[in-house]
Amino acid sequence: MRVAIVIALLVLGSILFHIFSPWWMTPIASNWGSIDNALIITLYICAVAFVGLNLFLAMTLLKYRARPGHKAHYEPENVKLEKQLTLWTGLGIAGMLAPGLIAWNEYVTVPDDAAVIEATGQQWQWGFRFPGPDGVLGTAAVAHMSPDNSFGINPRDPYGRDDILVETNELHMPLGKPVKMVLRSKDVLHDFYVPQFRAKMDLVPGIVTYFWMTPTRTGTFEILCAELCGVGHHQMRGTVVVESQAAFDAWLAEQMTFGQMLAQNEATPTTQLAQADVKPMIGER
Amino acid sequence: MATVTIADDHTHFYHPKTWIGKYVWSQDHKVIAIQYSLTAIAIGLVALVLSVLMRLQLGFPDTFHFIQPENYLQYVTMHGMIMVVYLLTALLLGGFGNYLIPLMVGARDMVFPYVNMLSYWVYLLAVLVLVASFFVPGGPTGAGWTLYPPQTVLEGTPGHEYGIILMLVSLALFIVGFTMGGLNYVVTVLQARTKGMTLMRMPCSVWGIFVAAIMALLAFPALFVACIMMLLDRIAGTSFFMPMIMSMGKDLGYEGGSPILFQHLFWFFGHPEVYIVALPAFGIVSDLISVHARKNIFGYRMMVWAIVVIGALSFFVWAHHMYVSGMNPYFGFFFATSTLIIAIPTAIKVYNWLLTLWRGNIHLRVPMLFAIAFLFTFIHGGLTGLFLGNVSVDVPLSDTFFVVGHFHMVMGVSPIIVIFGAIYHWYPKITGRMYNEALGQLHFWITFIGVYAIYLPMHYLGFLGVPRRYYALGETAFIPESAHLANQAITIAALIVFAAQAIFFYNMFWSLFRGPKADPNPWGAASLEWQTPDTPPKHGNWGDELPRVYRWAYDYSVPGAARDFIPQNEPHDESARYHRT
Amino acid sequence: MSLFSRLTEKSWETPGGEHVDPAMYRPPAARVGVIVYFGVITVLFGLVSSAYVMRMGMPGMGHGAMGDWRPMPEPPLMWINSFVLLLSSAAWEAARIGARQGRADLMRRALFGAGALGILFLAGQLMLWREFSAAGYYASANPANAFFYLITALHGLHLAGGLFFWVRAVMGLRAGADVRLPIELCAVYWHFLLLVWALMLALLMST
Repeated sequence: MRVAIVIALLVLGSILFHIFSPWWMTPIASNWGSIDNALIITLYICAVAFVGLNLFLAMTLLKYRARPGHKAHYEPENVKLEKQLTLWTGLGIAGMLAPGLIAWNEYVTVPDDAAVIEATGQQWQWGFRFPGPDGVLGTAAVAHMSPDNSFGINPRDPYGRDDILVETNELHMPLGKPVKMVLRSKDVLHDFYVPQFRAKMDLVPGIVTYFWMTPTRTGTFEILCAELCGVGHHQMRGTVVVESQAAFDAWLAEQMTFGQMLAQNEATPTTQLAQADVKPMIGER
Repeated sequence: MATVTIADDHTHFYHPKTWIGKYVWSQDHKVIAIQYSLTAIAIGLVALVLSVLMRLQLGFPDTFHFIQPENYLQYVTMHGMIMVVYLLTALLLGGFGNYLIPLMVGARDMVFPYVNMLSYWVYLLAVLVLVASFFVPGGPTGAGWTLYPPQTVLEGTPGHEYGIILMLVSLALFIVGFTMGGLNYVVTVLQARTKGMTLMRMPCSVWGIFVAAIMALLAFPALFVACIMMLLDRIAGTSFFMPMIMSMGKDLGYEGGSPILFQHLFWFFGHPEVYIVALPAFGIVSDLISVHARKNIFGYRMMVWAIVVIGALSFFVWAHHMYVSGMNPYFGFFFATSTLIIAIPTAIKVYNWLLTLWRGNIHLRVPMLFAIAFLFTFIHGGLTGLFLGNVSVDVPLSDTFFVVGHFHMVMGVSPIIVIFGAIYHWYPKITGRMYNEALGQLHFWITFIGVYAIYLPMHYLGFLGVPRRYYALGETAFIPESAHLANQAITIAALIVFAAQAIFFYNMFWSLFRGPKADPNPWGAASLEWQTPDTPPKHGNWGDELPRVYRWAYDYSVPGAARDFIPQNEPHDESARYHRT
Repeated sequence: MSLFSRLTEKSWETPGGEHVDPAMYRPPAARVGVIVYFGVITVLFGLVSSAYVMRMGMPGMGHGAMGDWRPMPEPPLMWINSFVLLLSSAAWEAARIGARQGRADLMRRALFGAGALGILFLAGQLMLWREFSAAGYYASANPANAFFYLITALHGLHLAGGLFFWVRAVMGLRAGADVRLPIELCAVYWHFLLLVWALMLALLMST
């Protein structure tokens, strides 16, 4: 008796919790409303199941509790009922899966006009790179990395000369333009996640991964690393600033290019000393 | 014709003579079951304490200064690995599997008793090696229970020098031990059922454990291969999983390996693993519900087939743990579909449990209360799994507290609730005494309400986007102040539930010595384990002659029968006219 | 009754005793155990093979063909060892035939020979390892090497496990017990490991 009432109260409490709790998805700042929609549809179908099944449970516990003179009914199976239930469950499942797969299809189909931005991750900070006027990111690899070339860009690749490098944790993006984030890790697995953008993807050393999105409102958003990467994982933070095209262009113009960085390195004698130190470290096994 | 069935072959049957032979180096499945259970529960309590430490840090950051990022991650990792592998798998298969299978199928013991005994000692060794990792320089690994390379073997992750080696060796030992055990459970069900015990007359508990054991035999090799390869990467400089890495300014000398390969191998094991835990729980709860509702499990054939289908399908869904791993994104379509399909047989089982209660004669004793709590929490946990299985919906939720809430509900809450129910249910059979009902009820209420209070809010922190495995949230603009209150509330609920388990242990221990002597079949159950000549069952289980089975395990409230249950070994009266379907 | 009909019977409709003793139709437990274990071995080597193929660089698997794959040489010792394993299987088969036909002499001699050849195979594999590492093919140098050592180690360990049961069979024979079933099971197990070895060899050589 008591347990039936408690079950019913827990159902009611869960619904109230959902309605009144202050913890819900952050206001979306990207084009991925289709993900939110798929989530809401899933939520409602699941909510119907949760409420329905548990209230049925509560009612059953009440109605069929043991008492003097009461006896259980004998019914080994009811194939027809089970088939019906299977069918309706299948329809519910399909109803959830369809919007989910449609949204996923969008997620894996990068628009042709998406601008490319590279995010690099290392324990425990972010870095960013833009392809520059030639529109192509220079090839990069761990093998080229050094204190002077923290992005590991191939110095012999002409496409890399005009790449714009951002060594701080702050990335800017222009409002309303689709962006393909290409992700490269220098050491271990990381994950680039901005809750307001909804999208995320792991950074995997050895390969280049990606996701795409279009920022739909201006603001400053936090980047969180979403794949455990060691003791500094919780501190591997960054920011994304979404702004007007003009403000973005101004910001971009202030950043250093790879070509400028190479020139700077050659100009300063102290860096030549550093380069001499670097070589044995790379060859070390 | 005097024939001796395989199960009755006394020539290979071991008769211990010394106390050590009876209770330490025992080949009796009941003793081995208790050994597994006590070891699993002991190491599980260690993991429970670790979770309390984690919650203290999450609820009250900047308060407990002895908890730093290094040891926090170590607690996270060891808590997870111990709970999933060394507690749940060991207790459900090694504990309940060993105790129940021979009794429920009418055998005297497992078919390979010596190997069975060995399997326990190998398990114990695995546990000791794991515990040793707490005491080596650098401490245990802090890579998360998923042990993803390359971070696991690199600087920046705690225990990357020695702790990880011990973890991998411990897992390899565990797998060897459980292969030995698994062979026993599977072959005993196939070969040692007594006369009349057809496969479809076996109780659901046996089906759940049987299918789980088959899955374990086929899934553990994947973890074994992954562990050996990672061990070689760590100690022999191979590059199975290690790409070229510049770590802290140094080129480490690896080249060409694939971290994603590890993830495929790990989850090919990891997903079936969660069903290896769930299926025995499903089987056992079916029996708890039917006994205490005096009603056959509704749709027995579908229940058996659902267990088999879930077991088989579980090998085809693993990459739903890898949607954002950087694997080929087109795999997402396939795995989302297969994952949501597996929800269908699972849902059928839920409906059939509810339909068993429907029109039943429900006795709300402690085991039944826990079975009901299972239904409520499993419905919740199973439904949240649909969010995560639906590939695009998983993208914002992956690696947040939504995932933590989901897997605790389906692994940490529901199966543990079944385990409690099962221990209360079989307590009188195993010990010959009855537990204290009032204490059992108190334990139930605090635990049930408490765990829901812990895990429901967690899902909402996940919707918000709060990441998992974070030592501290720190300064974040998008996380409101109230979320910190939520964490505090969760921690307090966790502390209460933790403390309340003392009631359970006190009850179990006290009743062992002072509890009233129990009736051999206090619940009026029909399955074979309740029909032993002695309670607790003696060595050899059945006395001089093996039982003969005449009916399925669920003849409850049969119209026209004298009592509201008919034991499986009660001869069938051909003249009685019932069983109209 | 077929398996399917057995698993779909309505067991509540057909109460009654079983008239045939299951011992009459069930195979011995040990045989079922060995067959189940074959499933485990299959999955183990199947997964290692998939990992091998993935690592070799199937495009689209996430990392493409890596230029670091250098196949290992195929020295004569590898072929000699394979032949020894084949002979070992043949000896086991002879022992099995001897056991089945009641030819105690054949059974005994073939039994000893089978185990001895098994030990010889393992010794040869260790020599092969030594030969490779002396020639500079360390496990860490190249993934092809690493897989070679891993695969041969796993196979060798399983064979060593089989030798444990060989020792038990020999001791059983000495004690006068009926060792027909152990010999039969060991024979089947050996043949299975020979098949695994052949497949792994083909895999290793195909690259």
